[in-house]
Amino acid sequence: MLSDFLPIGILFLMAVAFAGIALAAPHLITRAHPTREKMLPYECGIDPVGDARGRFSVHYYVVAMMFIIFDVEVVFLYPWAVAFRQLRMVGLVEAAVFLAILLVGYVYLWRRGAFEWD
Amino acid sequence: MSQTVVVDIVRIAVILGMFLGCVAYLVWVERKLLGHIQIRVGPKRVGPYGLLQPIADFVKLVSKEDLTPPNAHRALFRLAPAIALVPAILSIAVIPFGGTIRVLGREMPIGIADINVGLLYVFAMSSMGVFGIALAGWSSNNKYSLMGGLRSSAQLISYEVSLGLSVLGVVLLAGTFSLREIVAAQHPIPFVALQPVGFLLFLMASSAEIARIPFDLPEAETELVAGFHTEYSSMKFAMFFVAEYANLVTVSAMAVTLFLGGWNGPFLPGPIWFALKTAAMLFLFIWVRGTLPRYRYDQLMRFGWKFLLPVALLNLLVTALIVALSGGEG
Repeated sequence: MLSDFLPIGILFLMAVAFAGIALAAPHLITRAHPTREKMLPYECGIDPVGDARGRFSVHYYVVAMMFIIFDVEVVFLYPWAVAFRQLRMVGLVEAAVFLAILLVGYVYLWRRGAFEWD
Repeated sequence: MSQTVVVDIVRIAVILGMFLGCVAYLVWVERKLLGHIQIRVGPKRVGPYGLLQPIADFVKLVSKEDLTPPNAHRALFRLAPAIALVPAILSIAVIPFGGTIRVLGREMPIGIADINVGLLYVFAMSSMGVFGIALAGWSSNNKYSLMGGLRSSAQLISYEVSLGLSVLGVVLLAGTFSLREIVAAQHPIPFVALQPVGFLLFLMASSAEIARIPFDLPEAETELVAGFHTEYSSMKFAMFFVAEYANLVTVSAMAVTLFLGGWNGPFLPGPIWFALKTAAMLFLFIWVRGTLPRYRYDQLMRFGWKFLLPVALLNLLVTALIVALSGGEG
């Protein structure tokens, strides 16, 4: 079984080599001529104000947490889907119960406006 | 054993070369098609019909100055394009391009690898791309990059849930994660006929996943300059670009594999059917790009969470109910 993954390993090495060559190639072909203006962070030609690594909206964290919850839900459903032909109605009822519990959380998120962005 | 490995290496190198060639020419095809959609002619100066344009672009990009902004996190800034590119290339590994072929007296499946968790593997690889984008946005030390990186990450993870759910109907019908077996299960009837809603959900979620119009918020150039790759130049920029188009090819190939019957088809050999169907999917994506405007960010998040996710769940439950009731082969 593990030998099935050997071609993927070979492809991985090739992809890494490709990426490595692509990263190195410009340095072999051209020389960078940095000037002060060229090295400034791009802010439409105006001298940058402040630092870019400031604070950002907490909403991104909320999205990340929602993603964890629902993606784990999907991960649980994957083996269920493969085994569904053996589980049949029992499996369907179990999945429905599982989804109903998550639905409570989903409705809560909806009512709290977690899916709104302003 | 060593002979097998040599055959493997040659085979994989050939497939990788063809794949990268497709990716390079996809850029030309897209520019040409978009040109004609907008009543222009598209690239035409370099070579006949502009056919040498990808090569000219490559020469230009490789000879550009490769700048790293001084306050950037240097290691991550350099690593990010590779983190975006390597998984994009790796995801083609499990896609079956055709049935089997006889090479040197050995029956070989056409494709790189045939693993029993192929579908999971593709999703795992496509999720890895988020790291490249998030790291690129953060490490650049540029406000546009940071905003673009955050937005892209939030968009990708939001639509990944719906993407994962949209293909579960196919898994229910086929009862396997092996892409080769999923194609075999579609022999008389492709799954698009049994899972039309799943197919549409897959198209929408994957357009968002690869940041294509109407979900190309990561590159909303009117508000974010170039999003997470604002500070990237030269080959590092090209690597993001290649990764993006590689993902487009992969998504089209996955749509063909999961819903359109893969290499199955009358008269013509399997790989030709596969190429034709994939080309049709690519054409559809380019056509959509030439037709639709871009969503606003709040619309995008609302659409993903309030529409795609519940519809995908409903589609899954209805499919499960039908499979459970039908009892037979489903």
